[in-house]
Amino acid sequence: MLAFLIQRVLQAVFVMVVVALIAFSLFHYVGDPVLNMVGQEATEADRAALRARLGLDQPLPIQFFQFIANAAQFEFGISYRSARPVTDLIVERLPATLELAIISAIFAVVMGIVLGIYTALNRGNWLSNFIMTASLIGVSLPTFLIGVLLIYVFAVELGWLPAFGRGEVIDLGWWNTGLLTRSGLASLILPAITLGLFQLTLIMRLVRAEMLEVLRADYIKFARARGLSKRVVNLRHALKNTLIPVITIIGLQLGTIIAFAIITETVFQWPGVGALFITAVRFVDIPVMAAYLMMIALVFVVINLIVDLLYYAVDPRLRVQGGAK
Amino acid sequence: MSESHHAVTPPPRPGKLRSFLDSDIVYSWKRQPVVILATLVTLVMFLGALFAPWIAPQNPFDPRQLDLIDAFTPPLTTSDFTGNFYLLGSDSQGRDVFSAILYGSRISLLVGFAAVLFALVLGTALGLMAGFRGGWRDALIMRIADVQLTFPSILMALLIFGVIRGFLPRSMHAEVAIIVLIVAIGLSDWVQYARAVRGATLVEKGKEYVQAARVIGLPARNILFQHILPNVMRPVLVIGTIGLALAIIAEATLSFLGVGMPATQPSLGTLIRVGQDYMFSGEWWILLFPGLALLMLALSVNLLGDWLRDVLNPKLR
Amino acid sequence: MSSTPSSDSPRDDGTPAVPVLSVRELRVEFPTRHGTLVALDKVSFDIAPGEILGVVGESGAGKSMTGNAVIQLLEPPGHIAAGEVHLGAQRIDNLDEDAFVPLRGRHIGMIFQDPLTSLNPLFSVGEQLIETIRTHLPMNHKQARERALELLREVGIPAPENRLDAYPHQFSGGMRQRVVIALALAAEPELVIADEPTTALDVSVQAQILALLKRLCAERGTAVMLVTHDMGVIAETADRVAVMYAGRLIEIGPVNAVIREPQHPYTRGLMASIPGIETSRERLYQIEGAMPRLAAIPAGCAFNPRCPHAVERCRSERPELLPTGTSRAACWLHDPDNPVTPVIEEAHADGH
Repeated sequence: MLAFLIQRVLQAVFVMVVVALIAFSLFHYVGDPVLNMVGQEATEADRAALRARLGLDQPLPIQFFQFIANAAQFEFGISYRSARPVTDLIVERLPATLELAIISAIFAVVMGIVLGIYTALNRGNWLSNFIMTASLIGVSLPTFLIGVLLIYVFAVELGWLPAFGRGEVIDLGWWNTGLLTRSGLASLILPAITLGLFQLTLIMRLVRAEMLEVLRADYIKFARARGLSKRVVNLRHALKNTLIPVITIIGLQLGTIIAFAIITETVFQWPGVGALFITAVRFVDIPVMAAYLMMIALVFVVINLIVDLLYYAVDPRLRVQGGAK
Repeated sequence: MSESHHAVTPPPRPGKLRSFLDSDIVYSWKRQPVVILATLVTLVMFLGALFAPWIAPQNPFDPRQLDLIDAFTPPLTTSDFTGNFYLLGSDSQGRDVFSAILYGSRISLLVGFAAVLFALVLGTALGLMAGFRGGWRDALIMRIADVQLTFPSILMALLIFGVIRGFLPRSMHAEVAIIVLIVAIGLSDWVQYARAVRGATLVEKGKEYVQAARVIGLPARNILFQHILPNVMRPVLVIGTIGLALAIIAEATLSFLGVGMPATQPSLGTLIRVGQDYMFSGEWWILLFPGLALLMLALSVNLLGDWLRDVLNPKLR
Repeated sequence: MSSTPSSDSPRDDGTPAVPVLSVRELRVEFPTRHGTLVALDKVSFDIAPGEILGVVGESGAGKSMTGNAVIQLLEPPGHIAAGEVHLGAQRIDNLDEDAFVPLRGRHIGMIFQDPLTSLNPLFSVGEQLIETIRTHLPMNHKQARERALELLREVGIPAPENRLDAYPHQFSGGMRQRVVIALALAAEPELVIADEPTTALDVSVQAQILALLKRLCAERGTAVMLVTHDMGVIAETADRVAVMYAGRLIEIGPVNAVIREPQHPYTRGLMASIPGIETSRERLYQIEGAMPRLAAIPAGCAFNPRCPHAVERCRSERPELLPTGTSRAACWLHDPDNPVTPVIEEAHADGH
């Protein structure tokens, strides 16, 4: 158990170091940070002073360690574009992105598993066929197009839901939430569906394929031969065996949701971190890009770790091989 | 696998066309109406894009051909002012939406193909090197691949796009947008090819004929290009067909996000981004038709890719 | 043979009054794109309480299919197309799935070939036992646990209290099959269908498992339908034996009779091909040709293309099971009204 854990943590640290190196190189080689900060009209002396103040006259390895030390304290410098600390920008916008991502993730996982089970257990009836065909379209469609079409139908034509923004937001001091107001919740529906739809179809197809595989297994036939009811066989035995391989992929997909939030946030003008990142890419705002990159990497690495541990907790076969025995 | 089928089928050598028509691929194609439909749609859209300058009523990139007075003409309407017929309506510049779609899909397809080609060549080269040479090169390439795989490729593309732009002076951004896009999407997608090729190379390398070639002292280059490369091409082509749909979608997404093709040289994604602004004021056609065009293109290329994967390589599923 | 309730009875199958299982003219079909395959055709047999009926045949002969059809676990699209199956006095072939579920485990137990894959790897042995016991018997969790321990003890798992919470992969193959047997017998069914129960096991373990199965069923008076391709297993374990060929039952009778005096030419070939039973032969006998595929079963007797005795009638008319001595065989050789003149018995033996 411990060896396994250490190995995984080391792997995670490795990824983070590589990403930090990339982020650092961005700072260092893309454009001149000093020029970006003080502008063209500063004197050579001013620049040298700033350079020294920022530690840019130090040898590269020392600068890199300084960079990592700063990053560990969530210190990513000043945005070139808005001249505000990057950390502030991100912290302001993080709640919007996280609420959107979490709601879409719940939507995608719950619906994906339910529909996956349904289509596996009712193979060939018209509803499963319909769901499968629809999911094929869902997989092939770009996220932004789904968003735009949803806006067109439900906001413009039908006028049921807001087309953009986050609605009324309540500030809790350390967090601002749209989940407590009517308009906030209404505003969440379309973006959450847009963001979750792709993952939903993916999870559904995965659960279905895996469950069909499991239903063919001998132990399922034996469970039926033992006289267990259909319900127990399908939802206790088959489901547990189905979900184990699915957990990994679902976990990784959740990370993807945060990344894909970039697109959804742009479509719905959602005031989140993704929209911030897009603006940064458009205007080559390196500190924001670097900070976002580090943040996403952290999210992915943490999710990977959690998935590994979860996998370990659920599958007794792994527990014994890697464990005390 | 299907090699064994072929071994059984051909009686005394029929013509190449004949044997192609008798093959599994054609058989499976004929049996699936959805695939036939997807082929037709793809074909029509490819040809439309290819011959856009001859089919389109106007060149939407040429400001002299646009008439502002015809702005916002609804679909299927002949303009009262210029007498031009607008099949799918016109936009705020008086640009014919049908023509814009034809020219737009030209750019979408160009970027898609070029990006796939870029990723394919890069990935295959790195995969061959990793698999054939092994050692630190292998370790380095595969570690980079692992880290890159941690992130969704659209994020990689965005990042690469931003970085390349950072190196270029701002004035050049619009001009070189198409090349930057191709490189960004290509670089974000090489890993799959590299992994498949590396795997196949390792398998081939272990086979006796390669061992024999090495023993008799054939230069590594000959072994690599004459023996190994032909054998690893099949998985590469399969990944490539599916990659095409993904690349088209990636391009459309970047352009929609406003970091891809500029409005002066719109791809389908750009057209949708621009059209989104008019959605609320009732000029739905500016958004909807490019959206449908992208939908049909993405869906049918995707279906074809899936089908081809199943036919060519049942194991890759 | 001695303790067996067999042969001399009024019923046409040679078993006493009310059999545990009675299968009549069972027909199983598999509709496919290329037409309907008949996987079982007019299969009839009985099993008496406490009796062990061996069902033997090559792979694809329909022996496993018969077991699956009785317990209604046929792989779709396979289904029972005709015939009847009676469990005691109850007709069960026409029950729908919901009505059939309570019979499985409670009245008909089943043991599969591979103990490695029969147990769900994600549930401990105890969990699987307890859920099975509680499905069938009115017990609380604690009582069911006691019962599970008792069952494990009975099937010969050492220190069951330590093993109850272990997972299947922590057991050896033989131990797992013991667990599977415990599961099949958990609710004391009247009939157990054992489908190749020892085929996947080491030879050294096979005999132990068979002895265990035989002892437990004898103690409980459980009837067993023992499906196997191994004549040795049948000789050791079964009271009677049914021989299947191409989806048909071709010979059935007391085990000694069938082994010593096989009546159907196919059975004769089968027995002659087994080392050790007919020790006088220097070379093992081999039946020419192969069993027909289900899609290409010849008219008349399914064995006729390979049969050294085949005559015109065998190619056109399918023989029913005909009494011959203590057993019955589906062969025109035994038609009392119009017997086919047999070709000299030994002629085919040195033919190959």
